[in-house]
Amino acid sequence: MKPAPFAYLRPGSLSEALAALSEAPDAKVLAGGQSLVPLLSMRLAAPAALVDINAVPDLDHVVVTDDGVRVGALARHADVLAHQAAAQAQPLLAMALSHVAHATIRNRGTTVGSIVHADAAAEMPVVLALLGGSVEVASVRGNRTIAAADLFAGPLESTLAHDEIATEAFFPALRPGEGVGFAEIARRNGDYALVGVAGLVRVEGGDVVEARLGYLSVNDVPTVVDVSGRSPEEAVEHVLTALEPAGDIHATAAYRSQLVRVLTRRVFQAATEHARGRTS
Amino acid sequence: MTEEIHDVRLQVNGASHSVQVPARRLLSDALRHDCGLTGTHVGCEHGVCGSCTVLLDGRPVRSCLMFAVSAQDADITTVEGLADEDDVLSPVQQAFSDCHGLQCGFCTPGFLTTITAGLRDNPDPTEDEARDMIAGNLCRCTGYQNIVSSVLRAAEITRERA
Repeated sequence: MKPAPFAYLRPGSLSEALAALSEAPDAKVLAGGQSLVPLLSMRLAAPAALVDINAVPDLDHVVVTDDGVRVGALARHADVLAHQAAAQAQPLLAMALSHVAHATIRNRGTTVGSIVHADAAAEMPVVLALLGGSVEVASVRGNRTIAAADLFAGPLESTLAHDEIATEAFFPALRPGEGVGFAEIARRNGDYALVGVAGLVRVEGGDVVEARLGYLSVNDVPTVVDVSGRSPEEAVEHVLTALEPAGDIHATAAYRSQLVRVLTRRVFQAATEHARGRTS
Repeated sequence: MTEEIHDVRLQVNGASHSVQVPARRLLSDALRHDCGLTGTHVGCEHGVCGSCTVLLDGRPVRSCLMFAVSAQDADITTVEGLADEDDVLSPVQQAFSDCHGLQCGFCTPGFLTTITAGLRDNPDPTEDEARDMIAGNLCRCTGYQNIVSSVLRAAEITRERA
């Protein structure tokens, strides 16, 4: 239960960090470390070097504009959760962040780190996917923007190249007529969810005209299902067919399907009411 | 391969400790082995149990999920730093004593640090909020009831002492 030896680098600027990463082909980036350090301790990962970006300046911002919320790579979950303007611009952020592990973990763990860790059991990857957000990445070769739809390649696998650092995540603001909802079921408050659902609904004149639901802990990657034009009951059947929930040591397939059923209805309804409440 | 050793300055409970550690030394191990502060307990060592919780710049964090090299110059408070200079128990410590909030005591350092910070953010928690405050810490003895009572009692003691 102790990590294998590694070289430790603590660059003082982003350019130094990118240079260090490009020169060390077996290096990992350390930000909050709340997922990485357990993997090291259990020796599920043994990188030759860690590039600790905690001393890199100007990466801990949470900036709110009319377009949405920009979250820097060193902004801790707790900082994003406590940011009132961010919660106002995109209420799904605070709804989901309150379910991210425990407060103690949120004090250290970063939202951007959680996204590029690409765990299908985590809340923030599916939130980014549902909202159609994006991630800014940098490398010595230049910068690029990766849309959420192109970010999640497989279990714990993002499409970032080895020498790239995710510097910022962008969550689009809630637009007029839209509403959101979030719910999950876990054995204990703060544990990984057995199933979690995030919902985004748009209403016109009180009627639902667009609806999408994002699922965590159901498939290997965060998965968004479009249920526009379907009633909540039709949405449930459509989602179950699309996702085919599987069983594992935490829940049987039948139990997980039941959770999908219940949470789909709940979140669809909550997001619809949220949208109607904002427009009336 | 000889492992590179780093000189790290840890500020713990107001005292400065200069330690020489490999990069992979967990903060929890550095506090116990290198600083000799064995009040911080190591239970699961992968962030689940909460026993190793310390305050890092005032906020509770898992010391087993951090490397000592990353904690250079941060202000760390361990359970040893909660009582005041005359060894008067802090409100949370006194409440655990009053309410029998521990049995074997292994998990207690993590509860004490977590609740100390929790009551700073929310000085008058409801019972539900008290449960949420301690949801990240495991205790195998008490069944949590007396720990929840301790949180509420600690809030009372804080008010009485103010």
